[in-house]
Amino acid sequence: MSLIDSLPRRKAFSSEVDAGSREENASKQKSGDPFRSDRNGNSSSAPKLPKVDGLIPWIVPLAIVLIWQLACVTGFVPSRVLPAPTDVALAGWKLLLSGELVRNIWVSFWRASIGFLIGGGIGFAFGLANGWSQLSAKLTDTTLQMVRNIPHLALIPLVILWFGIDESAKLFLVALGVFFPIYLNTLHGIRTVDPQLIEMGRIYGMTDGELFRRVIFPGALPSIFVGLRFALGIMWLTLIVAETIAASSGLGYMAMQAREFMLIDVVVLSILIYALLGKLADSASRGLERLTLSWHPAFQKK
Amino acid sequence: MQEALRFRPVDAEPVDRADIVAKSRHLRRVTEGTARGLSLTIRGLRKAFGDNEVLRGIDLHIPAGQFVAIVGRSGCGKSTLLRLIAGLDAPTAGSIAFGEQPRAQDVRVMFQEPRLLPWARVLSNVEVGLGRERSSADAQARAERALVEVGLGDKRGQWPSVLSGGQKQRVALARALVSQPRVLAFDEPLGALDALTRISMQQLLERVWRDQGFTAILVTHDVAEAVALADRVLVIEDGRIAEDVTIDLPRPRRRGSAELAALEGEILKHLLEGSEDPQ
Repeated sequence: MSLIDSLPRRKAFSSEVDAGSREENASKQKSGDPFRSDRNGNSSSAPKLPKVDGLIPWIVPLAIVLIWQLACVTGFVPSRVLPAPTDVALAGWKLLLSGELVRNIWVSFWRASIGFLIGGGIGFAFGLANGWSQLSAKLTDTTLQMVRNIPHLALIPLVILWFGIDESAKLFLVALGVFFPIYLNTLHGIRTVDPQLIEMGRIYGMTDGELFRRVIFPGALPSIFVGLRFALGIMWLTLIVAETIAASSGLGYMAMQAREFMLIDVVVLSILIYALLGKLADSASRGLERLTLSWHPAFQKK
Repeated sequence: MQEALRFRPVDAEPVDRADIVAKSRHLRRVTEGTARGLSLTIRGLRKAFGDNEVLRGIDLHIPAGQFVAIVGRSGCGKSTLLRLIAGLDAPTAGSIAFGEQPRAQDVRVMFQEPRLLPWARVLSNVEVGLGRERSSADAQARAERALVEVGLGDKRGQWPSVLSGGQKQRVALARALVSQPRVLAFDEPLGALDALTRISMQQLLERVWRDQGFTAILVTHDVAEAVALADRVLVIEDGRIAEDVTIDLPRPRRRGSAELAALEGEILKHLLEGSEDPQ
């Protein structure tokens, strides 16, 4: 989809509508008007609820934090087992002031994104190649499917032997983890593009490049996004495990270090940060989805 | 544009139909000359899928600019014939020759499904129909003209998913028309539409055919549609042309007139007789 396609070209040519469409429009205005304005979104009579809507997902997490705080304050949960949210926040504030928190988050974020780019990039390339070319699929798909069934975290001992506890070890594991969801979903997306549309593209004289850009890639995009979101989850999981086992910096390292010194509040803080980072990655991919899939009926509600 | 749609009063002044036709005629005249129909000669055409012989020797001449309808029971090979004419499949034997060598954009097909790209706005979907000329400077203007011609000028910025079935099919028609084809093949393009939309689509097809003068080949299972639109109706049975009926009635033809009904009855009778064969 080119940029030009997505630009709205909206101008009314109402006077040039022929009899057929006048009939259709008129019938829509009579019978289906509420439905239409719903679909187009900005109906003047629609209830204005977006702000409240945006808060609803946060009710449950906030309630949990509140109950947690109450349980700690009343002594129902001893602070050796679980520190109160306020203590966790205080620990976070201290680490923030010392610069340790920002440094560790940054290191983890950097590892996650580089590993993701490498693994996701290779997975995407293989998905495209195997979706496009039968030969490539025959050559590599069986191998990839075999490798896929090895839990990538099982490779940690081997990876430590190969790379030590260096950056490359973590990047390798993250890349390997995100490779498969991206690969599988890209391949699936390309294979399931409507063959009638591909035939249509060929009839209208599209070259292979154009066919890919205008028909196959946009058609595969919804599936690629599913892969992307799976991959983001696996990305954090892999990174945290790798950092917990062998690292000298990063969030996982911070948590392990805190455990050694019995700093439970820091441990809990790291866990909460994982949750937030995961949510952030998911929101980012959703935003991207909404941006690129605005043609999709599922994204036209708002 | 959504505003324009929503706030257009229900009792809006109806546009004079004759006015639109005149306008589109005017638009057409600018590019006249390139949009003449091509004649078509088919000799000994056969097509087999494995052991299954679908077409068993078709000989046919279609003069330039004629509107031919092909009817027949399902599985008789009518769609296969159309796909061969459109160059989508290669014949097993025989030849299809056009009056002169057509360029790629001279022969266009419209299918039963609109086959619009759901991720491209209506106007971009029409631009697809320009083929290799897609990147030329006037591509957008030509696509807009084609959209206006099918009465959807105001839908250019919409996603296909918000259009009704009939509107989608009209976008597909605009896409087929935008390159000003000289042969236009229709593969049951109205098969999936409701009765009323169907009639207005038939009128639209007839109008653009008369304006542009292309050779039209319409495959349909609806005999009434065939006699209402076509100059000539071919009945295909068992992979051969069983009947070749010339419909010599003046246009515009009035639906439900006695002559049309008589012709329809005759062709239907023939088709039904065929079905009484022992299975």
